Amino acid sequence: MTVLYFVVGLLFSVGALLALYRVVAGPSILDRMIASDVLLTTLMLIVGAEMVYNEHTRTIPVMLVLAATAMFATVAVARYVSKQDTSAPEERLNESDEQQLGESPVETTT
Amino acid sequence: MSTDDILTLIAGIFLLLGAFLSLAAGVGLVRFHDVPSRLHAATKPQILGLLFVLTAIALEAQSWSTLLAVAPVLVFQMLTAPISAHMVARAGYRTGNLRKDELLVDDLGEAIDRVTRTEDDAVGDMVDPDDPAAASSARPPS
Amino acid sequence: MTQDARVRQRLWQQLPLLVGLVVLWMLLWGSLSLLNLVTGILVALLVTRVFFLPPVELSGRFNIFWLALFLAKFFGDLVFASFQVAYQALRPSGISQSSLIAVQLVTRSDFVLTLTSIALSLVPGSLVVEVDRERSILYLHALNTRNLDDVDAVRAQALRVEYLIVRVLGSKEDVKAVTS
Repeated sequence: MTVLYFVVGLLFSVGALLALYRVVAGPSILDRMIASDVLLTTLMLIVGAEMVYNEHTRTIPVMLVLAATAMFATVAVARYVSKQDTSAPEERLNESDEQQLGESPVETTT
Repeated sequence: MSTDDILTLIAGIFLLLGAFLSLAAGVGLVRFHDVPSRLHAATKPQILGLLFVLTAIALEAQSWSTLLAVAPVLVFQMLTAPISAHMVARAGYRTGNLRKDELLVDDLGEAIDRVTRTEDDAVGDMVDPDDPAAASSARPPS
Repeated sequence: MTQDARVRQRLWQQLPLLVGLVVLWMLLWGSLSLLNLVTGILVALLVTRVFFLPPVELSGRFNIFWLALFLAKFFGDLVFASFQVAYQALRPSGISQSSLIAVQLVTRSDFVLTLTSIALSLVPGSLVVEVDRERSILYLHALNTRNLDDVDAVRAQALRVEYLIVRVLGSKEDVKAVTS
């Protein structure tokens, strides 16, 4: 059983580290938000796994609050990125049509 | 082996599956090339991984009240996850965070092109007119 | 219709929402008691008054048998697609091409459209990027579509989900439209 829990912890850690890499590397703000969402989900699952390991149910409310509020940051950022985009929609549309997106665009990198 | 041990073992296996999905999401995040593909990777642990872990909690606690306490977590996650995924995907498409060269079929691009071409005199009705972001991105360049 | 009857009809329409909110409230408290029931009803009424949304137009139909079929298919898809995407992420060759696919739905109901989008979004491998509400068109992003057959498969899959949802709670006209 201990081995099993060790593997579980290892998988979670590697998953979280990979998500953290994506948060740092970007390239766009949206990539970072997706990655931070995954990081948060991983944390939520780890809270759950800890409950199974230590045989208690005290942190269920923590999971509940995380599940209910995880979306706010993502939605706010996605909304802001869209809004920012409308400040110059014409140029942006032309740009993306002309360059055919050979390389990944970096306009939204901050 | 008692039933208790068996349930603990099953709970452990569920945890393992959840952890595996979490790892796969991390790998997908690093390996996939554009925003929508990474979103696909991100949705796995959000729903199925959570379902596995919640099942493990209920199995370990072996009580109906725990199962009921755990249910709202899944309900909230299922209600909120599609909203944030959709918002990010839409923002990703609008800001061009998408590898168009890796698209096999692009029906949305065609629809936007169609609106842009045919509606020089009329305002585009393809998108919700109440949404300023949507209306302006579908309008032809003046 | 008199004012009184209209109010009563609106309350009747909102009843499923109110019941859902009360059940959620009791689940959150984790106990079934009279006090929870009463406060739950009060909070549900308060929330639906303060955060007012246009009432959802329910068809008045509800079929438990099709609900069971839908849930079975949904969770089956969820498990299958999750591991499929996990495999695609982990295998050395990675993913090839993705697609943005327009799916013309049969229904005109906002509620069915919303539920279909949610069900499709929750399953990894398909993602709703844009919705054309006027014409009931969903624009889905699908992962790893190697050829046009895969694209058609995604389309068929989306229509199948819509079919099941309409069968559960769609209006009579919608049922006729999807079965024909």
